[in-house]
Amino acid sequence: MAEDTKRSLYYEFVKGLWQENPIFRMLLGMCPTLAVTNSAINGLAMGLATTFVLTCSSIMVSLIRKIVPGQVRLASFIVIIATFVTIADYFLKAFFPPISKQLGPYVPLIVVNCVILGRAEAFSSKKPISLSVADASGIGMGFTGALVFLGIVREILGFGSIFNIQIFGEWFEPWIVMVLPAGAFITLGIMIGVINIFTINQSGRGVCFGCSIGYRLKEKLVTAESMYLTPEELEAAKAGPEKEKKRRKGN
Amino acid sequence: MNKTVLRMLLVLTSIGIISGGALSVVYKAVFPRIERHRLEELKRAIFVVLPDAKDYKTLEKNGLQVYQGIDETGNPVGIAFEAKGNGFQGKITIMAGIDNRFEKLTGMLVLDQIETPGLGARVAGDKFQKQFKGLSISPEITYIKNKKPEKPNEIQAITAATISSKAVVKILNRQIKEITETFKLN
Repeated sequence: MAEDTKRSLYYEFVKGLWQENPIFRMLLGMCPTLAVTNSAINGLAMGLATTFVLTCSSIMVSLIRKIVPGQVRLASFIVIIATFVTIADYFLKAFFPPISKQLGPYVPLIVVNCVILGRAEAFSSKKPISLSVADASGIGMGFTGALVFLGIVREILGFGSIFNIQIFGEWFEPWIVMVLPAGAFITLGIMIGVINIFTINQSGRGVCFGCSIGYRLKEKLVTAESMYLTPEELEAAKAGPEKEKKRRKGN
Repeated sequence: MNKTVLRMLLVLTSIGIISGGALSVVYKAVFPRIERHRLEELKRAIFVVLPDAKDYKTLEKNGLQVYQGIDETGNPVGIAFEAKGNGFQGKITIMAGIDNRFEKLTGMLVLDQIETPGLGARVAGDKFQKQFKGLSISPEITYIKNKKPEKPNEIQAITAATISSKAVVKILNRQIKEITETFKLN
């Protein structure tokens, strides 16, 4: 039992880092992703603030999951999330004023970040505290990592620096577009494209069971059946509908 | 009233009360720090735009608030004031200093702006801000494009960011006029 919980704790934590990464795989929380990743430090601060809110609100939501009536659950979640967001905002204002100034309205906007409400609704409102914390911190770390990565790429190209440390000399002409909103779309789009090239077989993009939709890989049509089923199962699946028809006719 | 409705009311109300209570505690705890940062920043800005000042006091007249700089011996050295207005993408907030005779600017500092990074955002850069030091304000500040300024009341606009440069000049002119009208006679 203990071993089992440990394993699932580990699973819930790790899945957020990559497999269910909120930015690169689920495309959630795009507003802060696109708006504040013009430098690595902004991405880091935003990610950590979001992780704090996500973890704290997951604990609270999980704690009160049995006493909140279904009809008012979203209202309760929002109030809880807004409380922690305000705390995070005060904290940044009090201890890191320059970062708080740079992030501007995007810290209060964490309230409506769909990653947080999504985790509350889909996970912590149904699961015990330990699992909720594992899930929230994993998703939060995945979110932070993705924001910092985007921030680093955009800062290098847009300002020629990493974490405000200049790495290129005078000769470097900054690509101003990279620190503008357009640069965020370009960077994120290319990243997701590259990631999909490497993971397309795992994620089974563009396939569906029971129909012939698929994609071509080395001149062969890959469908959901050919991807997920063993050859024997594939035969059975093909034969299945025929047999079923015969049986019905017979009756 | 049936049971579910009562329970909904009860749960939401208590969540609200607890959240509100928690927030007021946190706010009480961090407010002094936030206020101190705000004052520090204000002080720093005042001393940048009034380089001769060692201290300042707040003056208020007709709802207009300015900061009078004082040197070691307690003599006024000039007035620092805040000016706000629309830039290219959003509000620009400026702190500027003016000498005792209301003839010259002693300095200018952009406090807040969300202009285009790399272009308009250079209004907050040293090169642009230094142009305002010692700038004559009579009859008013003007700007020139792509050339070194010739007149004493002229600055050079930032290439490819004329609107932002123009906005700064406009915001300053408007506020200087108001400050002069309000404070010059005393």
